[in-house]
Amino acid sequence: MAFLRRVPFGAAIGLVITVTMVLAAILAPWVAPYPGSQVLGGVWEPASSQYLLGTDNLGRDLLSRLIYGGRTTIFIASMATALAFILGSVLGFTAAVFGGWVDQVMSRLVDLLMSIPTLIFALVILSVLPSTIPILILVMGILDSTRVYRLSRAVAVDINVMDFVEAAKLRGEGRGWIIFREILPNALSPLVAELGLRFIFAVLFLSALSFLGLGVQPPHADWGGMVRENREGIVFGIAAALIPAGAIAALAISVNLVADWVLRRTTDLKGGRGDA
Amino acid sequence: MGGHPVIRLIAQRIALGILLLFAASLLIFLGTEILPGDVASSILGQAATPQALENLRNELGLNEPAYIRYFQWLGGVLTGDLGTALSNRMDIATSLWPRLKNTLFLATCAAIVAVPLAIILGLVAARYKNGLVDRTISGLALSATSLPEFFIGYVLMYFFAVYLGWLPSVSTVHEGMAFGDRLRAIALPATALTLVVLAHMMRMTRAAILNVMQSAYIETAELKGLSGSEIIRRHALPNAIAPIVNVVVLNLAYLVVGVVVIEVIFVYPGMGQYLVDHVARRDVPVVQAVGLIFAAVYIGLNLIADVISILANPRLRHRR
Repeated sequence: MAFLRRVPFGAAIGLVITVTMVLAAILAPWVAPYPGSQVLGGVWEPASSQYLLGTDNLGRDLLSRLIYGGRTTIFIASMATALAFILGSVLGFTAAVFGGWVDQVMSRLVDLLMSIPTLIFALVILSVLPSTIPILILVMGILDSTRVYRLSRAVAVDINVMDFVEAAKLRGEGRGWIIFREILPNALSPLVAELGLRFIFAVLFLSALSFLGLGVQPPHADWGGMVRENREGIVFGIAAALIPAGAIAALAISVNLVADWVLRRTTDLKGGRGDA
Repeated sequence: MGGHPVIRLIAQRIALGILLLFAASLLIFLGTEILPGDVASSILGQAATPQALENLRNELGLNEPAYIRYFQWLGGVLTGDLGTALSNRMDIATSLWPRLKNTLFLATCAAIVAVPLAIILGLVAARYKNGLVDRTISGLALSATSLPEFFIGYVLMYFFAVYLGWLPSVSTVHEGMAFGDRLRAIALPATALTLVVLAHMMRMTRAAILNVMQSAYIETAELKGLSGSEIIRRHALPNAIAPIVNVVVLNLAYLVVGVVVIEVIFVYPGMGQYLVDHVARRDVPVVQAVGLIFAAVYIGLNLIADVISILANPRLRHRR
């Protein structure tokens, strides 16, 4: 409990909201009052004791749909973030350890990928590929791995010249050992802090794609897709679209608060370095 | 080469930008080539007859090897011919031009409001560092960066267009519209765009000022007994202008992308709306053309930001 008491107020709220949303997503079939895709009542019914958040554009329970939608959003965003991290960090460490032309080729390729805005490039690719969940994860993960690559390469270049890495090289360890046993453990804390920010980016990116009708396809819906389904209601003064949009915002802010706190903690451990 | 070192640096940077632009055009072209089948089968779907597929392939020139098609496309783009849209057989350049003007108008209006506001708020936050004002501004900025564009857009629409009824909820603009009406039509999308970029720009302005504030001459100014505002106005701001301008231009590049979602929300007839419509219809020539223009604007703004920071560096400006 002593650990929990030291968590700052903002981070604590963030932690509670994040954990609640993730738990609701995992336990969706037990938590949701109704099945997500079943038409139950009239179109856009106001909130009532029967339907806690009202109904959506087809008369489905908004709360249940929100819980199931969160499942899709959080699942795709986590998978894309995981892919971006594995790809970006392994390639970034490899570039730093090998150096020379390997580093040059990979770094210039990443520069090129980053010279086109992520959303625009994703739209170009999705104009020829179907928006299935594996393709969305692949596209988001690969595009986002460029950011992770830059960070992990920069961190690994610093670590690669330290004495213990030199010692390992003199000991005759292979490059695989250097990357996974020497650099990775020491690069973990800046990467973990970045993890939260990349996850938020993935959530926002997926929501934007789905909102534009190019992400998760109906009848399934993530939160961005729910905003799209209910947006016509806004001009009639029906706020149904604001609820999934607000859920995205709440998740993003919560994760941001937690990531901010983790970042401060890890920099504190190093004597406050980088708190400029 | 030779000449002034600054001119050489700038020339190098511009050459790099042009190279990057060509590489980006190649990447955009390749991006539409990666699918297992080809564009024709993806447009017509599973049920297409072989004859229909063959006709479409011929029409699109898909029987040529990819590198020939790339150079044909690139040659067309360089001479102002963007090709014809698959969905409505219209010339892309003619339908694109008014939309590009609309998008630039919206983005410029947003920038005119966002840039001064962000700099002033950033300066205020830096002046009262760690005080109540700074904390409030920074807290709001932190949450604003995690808000999705459509949340901001629909909340604005809900309150100002539907609840209060002050402004139109849909931004219809057409040729020959009076300037005042046009401004009224884009008031909500421009506000939404401003809010999208404001937070980031403000945070970076604050960081740029605080970075300068750590210099030795600022300490001297403090020891001389100058007030906080005086130090910022006379010593910190002139030296922070270069990084601030850099930040502003970089965020304008971000604004160009943010415009896509905002245009869809407010049904504004601009480039973003045009791109999204044609991605859904799998109209590859339009997507390539619009994608290239967005990439060109983005690369161009990044180039300008770099050139400005070269020009603003006094160590490079004066020959030793």
